[in-house]
Parts: sequence; C-alpha cells; structure tokens
Amino acid sequence: MGSMSQENVTIKGIGDGLLITLSPTEEWQAITSELAARIDEKSAFFSGARITIDTGARPVPKYELSSLKALLERRGLQLMAVHSESKTTIQSAEALDLRATYKSDDITRPNASSLDLDTIDPEEMGTPGVLINRTLRSGRTVHSRGHVVILGDVNAGAKVIATGDVIVWGKLRGVVHAGADGDTSAIVCALDMTPMQLRIAHYISISPQEAKGRRARPEIACVKNEQIVVEAWE
Amino acid sequence: MAGKVITVTSGKGGVGKTTTTANLGIALARMGKRVVVIDADIGLRNLDIVMGLENRIVYDLVDVVEKRCRLNQAMIKHKQFPNLYLIPAAQTRDKTAVSPQDMVNLTNELRPDHDFILIDSPAGIERGYRNAIEPADEVLIVTNPEVSAVRDADRIVGLLQSSTKAQPKLIINRLKPEMVRRGEMMSAEDVREILSIKIIGIVPEDENVIPSSNNGVPVTLNEGSRAGVAFRNIARRLNGEDVPFMNLDENQGLFARISRLFGGGS
Repeated sequence: MGSMSQENVTIKGIGDGLLITLSPTEEWQAITSELAARIDEKSAFFSGARITIDTGARPVPKYELSSLKALLERRGLQLMAVHSESKTTIQSAEALDLRATYKSDDITRPNASSLDLDTIDPEEMGTPGVLINRTLRSGRTVHSRGHVVILGDVNAGAKVIATGDVIVWGKLRGVVHAGADGDTSAIVCALDMTPMQLRIAHYISISPQEAKGRRARPEIACVKNEQIVVEAWE
Repeated sequence: MAGKVITVTSGKGGVGKTTTTANLGIALARMGKRVVVIDADIGLRNLDIVMGLENRIVYDLVDVVEKRCRLNQAMIKHKQFPNLYLIPAAQTRDKTAVSPQDMVNLTNELRPDHDFILIDSPAGIERGYRNAIEPADEVLIVTNPEVSAVRDADRIVGLLQSSTKAQPKLIINRLKPEMVRRGEMMSAEDVREILSIKIIGIVPEDENVIPSSNNGVPVTLNEGSRAGVAFRNIARRLNGEDVPFMNLDENQGLFARISRLFGGGS
C-alpha cells in the first residue's frame, strides 16, 4: 500500500486464491471500473482465480454485490467469499450464497494511514460501538456487536442487544442484554434504571416492582457473585 | 385552500378512534367547515353507525376504488349538517381491497372541495393502518390512560417517525380525574412523559358517550356533555385556535397541574 495515497484497489495472493481489498470510502462505481481495468490489464494472470473480496466498512447492497460478481465472472473469475465490517454487506453476501466473514475485531479504521496519525494505543482505541441519538420506542430492537450508547430513552417494549456494554443517557424501561456473547464483565448503565428485564451474558434479572415516586438516579448494573446487581453510578 | 387530511389511529383497538373521528367531524362541521369523514376499517365498519347514517349506505369506499360508482355517489350527506359527508367502509371485503395509493388518490380528489378530510383508521399496524396513514397530513393518536394502550401508541409514534410523517398529536380519551387522584390511573402527565409528543386533547370519561353512539348522535351534539366539550375544543385546536384545556376537576389541583403542563409549556 502506498504511503502517499491509499490505493482504491489492492490485490494480493492468499491461500487458495486472491484477496481483493476495495477502499470503503471511494465511490463504488469508480472502484469497480478500476478493478475491471486492473484485471483486464493482466487477464492471463487472473484467469480462473478464486476471489475473496474485502469491502471494509462499506455497506454493499445486494444488487451492487451481484453486479460485481457478474463483472468478475465475465472475466473468468469466481467470487467465493466476502469479508466485511458491514452487516448490510454480510447480508448481501449471504443472499448470494457467498461465504461471508464479519470482521468485528478489526479496529484499524479506513484511511487511517493517509491521515498520518501517531500510532494509536489499542487500549485507548477501545472496542467498536454505536451511538443512537434518539429514543427507542416500543417494538424497536437494536442489535450490535460492540457497545451501544443511547442518547435518549429506551421505552418499554424496545430491546437492545449488544456484545459489549450498554449505556443509556436517559430512561431505561425496556429490555437490555449486554455481553450477549457471554461476556460477564459487560455493564449496563442508565440515568434512570427501571428496565423490564436486564440480561448480562447468561444472567437474567427482572426488575422488582418499584414503589411509585422513587427518585430517578443514575445506576449501573454488573455481574457480582453470580448475579446481576444494580448500584449507584458515580 | 386545499383541504387537510387528518388520520385518527391508535394501535390498540377499543380506545375510541371511531368515536373521536365522528365527534371531530361533527364539531368541525358545526364550525361551518366542509368535512368528509372516511371509514378505513374495511370489513368492520362502524363509523356509519356512530354517525347515525347506517341506513343510507348505497355505495362504499371499495365501490369507489373499484370504480363501480362515482366518488360523490358514495358520499353520504349528514342529516343535520349538509357540509358533512361520510364515505363508509365496505362490510363484505377486507383491507386488501384498497391500497395506500388508492387512499392518496381518493383524498386528492376530495381536497379541493373540503376543508378537512378525517380518516378513521382500523386498529393494528398492518395493511388497514397503512392505508389510513398514507395520505395523512396530520396524525392524531388516540390512547387511554392505561399501560397497554400507551404501549401501542408508543409503537405507532415510532412507526410514524421512521416513515417521516409530521409529528403526531395525542388525544387522551376516557380519563377519570377521580381515579387519577386516587393514584389508580395514569395522569395526562404520566402519559405525556412516556410518549413525549404534543397533547391536543384530553377527553374525560363520560357516560353520555355510549348511548350517544348507539343512537347515532355523537356526544358533541349534547351541550351538557363534558366529553362533548372536550371534542369541540380539539376541533377548534385543529382549526388553529388556541383553546385552553378544560378544567377536568373543579375542586382539586388537577387543573393547576394541567395548566402547568400546557401553559408554561416546555
């Protein structure tokens, strides 16, 4: 990869074929035509290759992925697998019967190399999260690999499922499942914690019937001694 | 000026959508507005009964959509208010007989000659609801001060937000001030706190409502009825007037609470 400008299309050999990495930020149209040109340049080299595509964080809808697949097939290449950080892309790949790999542990951000930043301490970088800047109303479900921060309320009937922590900057009235992959160190906090049900990893707790007129205060829930405990969030 | 399409919906059934639609239609007509009320609850029609027009039905909404009659043939003129019309639902068909686009076309045809087009939505969030919502310029959500109705209203608010409709307004129906006072019923403020949308009316529980509906004379025509006054106030607010909320409870502090809610506002 060039240090001056990031390439839009990189191609390298992997175990059973070629891995083509497409920039997640460049315009899709531009990238696919660049890819086609690169293949046409050395058609003999590429012919018959089994291709894995890495689209990074770009959400690729099914029709775009299927036209990419067709583009490769016209040139005698077979698209086998897709690596992506985007749920949309993974769904598109699965719909096209491609092997889809979701890269959730990859914390290098696109274009980081071109920003000429100092190396970031992975500890500071943390794990990926999603910010939801509104109230979740009844019937709404949020799934996330990573942490979820909600600036708003989680109303009764809404549900948040995260593999990491869940932080609600508002009232928590619905159902939250933190550490959904089994992480018992996950926490849930809220400015006003009266969830219908709270789950951390495989632990489940049901809210006690709170006395009316209790004062709302920020609280944090975590697992201690094999059960979920809620204490003041300070 | 082109007419405004207002859809009355709720999610939960039995909270008073049809009663609300009928009463607002009558109240607006009484103010001299040209009004059409449309029953979108195909297969379970009720609005004609509540408005006392059941025996005049010849053609219905589905007949119009399927072009078995002209639009004005399905518009039933109200007995008392010649500027009020009802388009009844079909009773023998189901919701799929009409599409959301049909409703848009139908209301567009009505807009030039009417000030208000009120649509009575069926309960639920399926096809019938989508038919009723599609043409709406404004949405009124009716709820009762109880947890299950408020939960469904919350779902509707969420659905409307994702379909980029204008902010819906809330009507809290069947509130009993004495139960609120005893702490046995949610107050208007409790409901507002959960839904965080603007309240356009609070209708007190009123024993006049059921006999009025049974007789086909909506309660808002009954001068002595408190629910009737509440519906008239909502109609005036829909017409852009600034009407203070009525005192639901003379001898207690509820009015103070309500005026704090709506007076000083945010």
